[in-house]
Amino acid sequence: MGMTMTQKILARAAGEKRVEAGQLIEARVDLALGNDITAPVAIREFEKIGCARVFDRERIALVPDHFTPNKDIKAAEQCKAMRLFAREQEIVHYFELGEMGVEHALLPEKGLVGPGDVVIGADSHTCTYGALGAFATGVGSTDLAAAMATGLAWFKVPAAMKIELTGRLRPWVSGKDVILTIIGQIGVDGALYRSMEYGGDGVSGLTVDDRLCMANMAIEAGAKNGLFPVDAKTRAFLKRVHYQGAHRPVRPDANAAYDTMLPLDLSAVVSTVAFPHLPSNTRPAKEAGDIRIDQVVIGSCTNGRLSDLEAAIRVMAGRPVHKGVRCIVIPATPKIFLQAMKKGILKAFLEAGAVVSTPTCGPCLGGHMGILAKGERAVATTNRNFVGRMGHPESEVYLASPEVAAASALTGRITDPADVAA
Amino acid sequence: MKAEGRVFKYGDNVDTDVIIPARYLNTSDSKELATHCLEDLDPTFVKRVQPGDLLVAGRNFGCGSSREHAPLAIKAVGVSCVIAVSFARIFFRNALNIALPILECPEAAAALEEGARVAVDFETGVLTDRGTGRTWQAAPFPPFMRALMAAGGLVPYTRERLARRGTGG
Repeated sequence: MGMTMTQKILARAAGEKRVEAGQLIEARVDLALGNDITAPVAIREFEKIGCARVFDRERIALVPDHFTPNKDIKAAEQCKAMRLFAREQEIVHYFELGEMGVEHALLPEKGLVGPGDVVIGADSHTCTYGALGAFATGVGSTDLAAAMATGLAWFKVPAAMKIELTGRLRPWVSGKDVILTIIGQIGVDGALYRSMEYGGDGVSGLTVDDRLCMANMAIEAGAKNGLFPVDAKTRAFLKRVHYQGAHRPVRPDANAAYDTMLPLDLSAVVSTVAFPHLPSNTRPAKEAGDIRIDQVVIGSCTNGRLSDLEAAIRVMAGRPVHKGVRCIVIPATPKIFLQAMKKGILKAFLEAGAVVSTPTCGPCLGGHMGILAKGERAVATTNRNFVGRMGHPESEVYLASPEVAAASALTGRITDPADVAA
Repeated sequence: MKAEGRVFKYGDNVDTDVIIPARYLNTSDSKELATHCLEDLDPTFVKRVQPGDLLVAGRNFGCGSSREHAPLAIKAVGVSCVIAVSFARIFFRNALNIALPILECPEAAAALEEGARVAVDFETGVLTDRGTGRTWQAAPFPPFMRALMAAGGLVPYTRERLARRGTGG
């Protein structure tokens, strides 16, 4: 039996000719990532290991993005601990405020992740980099600590679900609608312990940003990773960001074993919303009913990229945010912020009555910059809508694309962008 | 290694946001985290739980974020073992890495009731309901995991390995 893309990458990193699903391996890590919530725990554990120096100061990325700009004294102390560690260990890829962006938007933009790389991150959305052909997966702080010490991580080689994409997306539909549709079909544990490997001629029609968004939410189906084949669009992206890595793209063997096959016609995907309190609780935006909203959040590692902001502005088309709705826009990185400024996108948001925040994960995980009160509802381009995710345990988060979020901001209720298309 | 305590039973998809809400993640002190354990799912849990008690849940326990604060909070509040139909994979790793025992046992997870007194033998994977005498066999940890758990988690395990290699300190 042949190997999947994930299995090929893991075999190479473990120094094995071949690996099989279920096998426990130890693999070399090309990049290990932590943030201001998970790195302080990892640093404490790293110190317990009794290792004086990190395995490679160029292969660790530390990004203070969750509760920054520091939301309170405790958050400031956590960031300080991380900053001091980065300084002491001379970590090359530590990003201070000003360079800092939402980690999974920032690392691809900095050219730090690419095909064939093994990336672990103490953040569940590390799986984002599978869009660029990397094996990337979320781990905990202790795993990060061990990887910082040794450059190694243990993995159970995953079986795979093959998602065969055909067709092209309709207008106003994007990667977020695709991944929500998939999660709605297979459930929040539909890909548990497995990799979600994409293929088929539909892949070429998806932008790299669509793929980043789709790989990002693999974890919301329980997957270990999401992985796209590398094509001309990937290579153009990697060239643009000056990716300096080893560039080791893999293709799945023709006889690779998949325990599930999921065909998906992209032209049949519609604007989709995940209702509270699970990402799998999806409905077409058209069938949402009369759901009045208090807040809209456009941003996050899932949908805070330039193309997301552009898509939202195209939907809004110069019209104002509905009176009484708080619309919060968070460009994911300083570069995206600057590009959006130069293109007049930020001005358009402000003129529409939205606010624009500095890059932060902020409201996505109920940290700061847009917390919900009891009974309030938000449409968010983020990735989770669990109980209490964005604030009060009795508030509600509806997950959607930037297009749906923008349309909903205009009307004050969940809206299909095609219904307000200018 | 054995554990015994009362069962606190919850459903499917108990996520890390309800295990420890992000609003408390501005600290990594496990004792402080423990005071908010499962707060958004069951505000009475922390008041009722006794050292040694067990969590029993359905599918996909610990789904969501990679926050190790979740198993840390569960361990620090005194829970001796989590039994579920299945676990989300990052939670699974994290629990083992910090040596919080977890067992996948769909039959026991379905049958055990809130308040039942249960004994767990981690050597054999056998679960016993002290009230009814009923037993279940959970899948034992693979050898690699047993070594890691025996060392007390990934950090002592890594420390031992580095010491053997002579690259520590």
